[in-house]
Amino acid sequence: MSSKVTSLEHAMSCIRDGMTLMVGGFMVCGTPELFMDALVEKGVKDLTIICNDGGLPGKGIGKLITNGQVKKLIASHVGLNPEVGQRMNNGTMEVELVPQGTLAERIRCGGAGMGGFLTPTGFGTVVQEGKQVIEVGGRPYLLELPLRADVALIGGHRADTMGNLVYRQSTRNFNPPMATAADLVIAQVREVVAPGEIDPDFVHTPGIFIDYIVKA
Amino acid sequence: MDAKARRELIVRRIAREFKSGDVVNLGIGMPTQVANHVPEGVTVLLQSENGFIGLTSAPAEPDLDLVNAGGQPAGIITGGCFFDSCTSFGIIRGGHVDYTVLGTLEVDQHGNIANWMVPGKMVPGMGGAMDLLTGARKVIVATDHVTKDGAPKLLERCRLPLTAVGAVDVVVTDMGYFEITPDGFLLKEIAPGVTIAEVKAATAGNLIITPEVKVMTA
Repeated sequence: MSSKVTSLEHAMSCIRDGMTLMVGGFMVCGTPELFMDALVEKGVKDLTIICNDGGLPGKGIGKLITNGQVKKLIASHVGLNPEVGQRMNNGTMEVELVPQGTLAERIRCGGAGMGGFLTPTGFGTVVQEGKQVIEVGGRPYLLELPLRADVALIGGHRADTMGNLVYRQSTRNFNPPMATAADLVIAQVREVVAPGEIDPDFVHTPGIFIDYIVKA
Repeated sequence: MDAKARRELIVRRIAREFKSGDVVNLGIGMPTQVANHVPEGVTVLLQSENGFIGLTSAPAEPDLDLVNAGGQPAGIITGGCFFDSCTSFGIIRGGHVDYTVLGTLEVDQHGNIANWMVPGKMVPGMGGAMDLLTGARKVIVATDHVTKDGAPKLLERCRLPLTAVGAVDVVVTDMGYFEITPDGFLLKEIAPGVTIAEVKAATAGNLIITPEVKVMTA
């Protein structure tokens, strides 16, 4: 079986203007910084980014936002990167705020072939606006729809050449669901090993979800 | 009491609510300090919504791969475990978190809470707050009783955009411990040195005073 390991240049050549990207990480912990730097250098624009948060100034997707490459951000929290608020207010970037658990589950649905899910989160708040309310067992739920992307950029720790991935500590966060929910999935890892060196019982993301591995 | 002492009273009182084995999620700010005051002999499991159970303070040499839900360096206890965001919010939404403690801008007598945005001023996003309020078995709000300008934060109806509807069980302030009941804020305990007249004057929502009211101790 051929190796999924490729060069950074080749992996980044798949990303073009106007694409929707999922970027793993939580307050940049678990964000593939190698890809963030490469995308700044490449200068792709009009991106829609799906990420837990707005990154930090100069870190994670904060780099792409500062460089004016993001048209729209879908995230749960943007308070730690003041530039997001500024761009939201001056109209240079659209921001859609989604409750964190709803964001994770919408991504999971996108990767799992589901048409959406019902959640009590956000009922009676602005999150409910424009959404169908469905009662189950007398309790109201919001119908939340799946999210998918053209490309998912994943921050892993170790991979084998078949793409089986292991994350380390709290870097895991949004990476596993995002790895299932994009047409093309590219993971940055610190270490590449031969198949068999990762115990099959301890694989976090099955290799079949991963298209390319880039060693940082 | 100065602001620091008043906040310490709040967090110490909340820390006495837990029993060993409870799964607890603490919000950023004053709620985080509750962890420092859990009574001796009580061991709670702190959930960090970015993906682990067993949150503790960061070791002397922090590991960049391990942060809390505020993105700050953190530690994990022996016996803790990591998971992804879907599992984390399955834990939260699914009722597997016994308590969440959150700060607030406003809370009302119906248990509604507004703590995620001020239109035109502050729109940081709700993060995990909406899920935590909806899913945790018991929601405790830790807050100063009034704003910096002296305006009540315990209201008849929240005015700011809501984070959740009817979600709050208990409000602990520097003036007392209040339970949300169908009739309003039931004053269960009053802070030392505070009079009932003072509590009434500082509260905008319906307040229920009974002869059973005790003194709130840290």
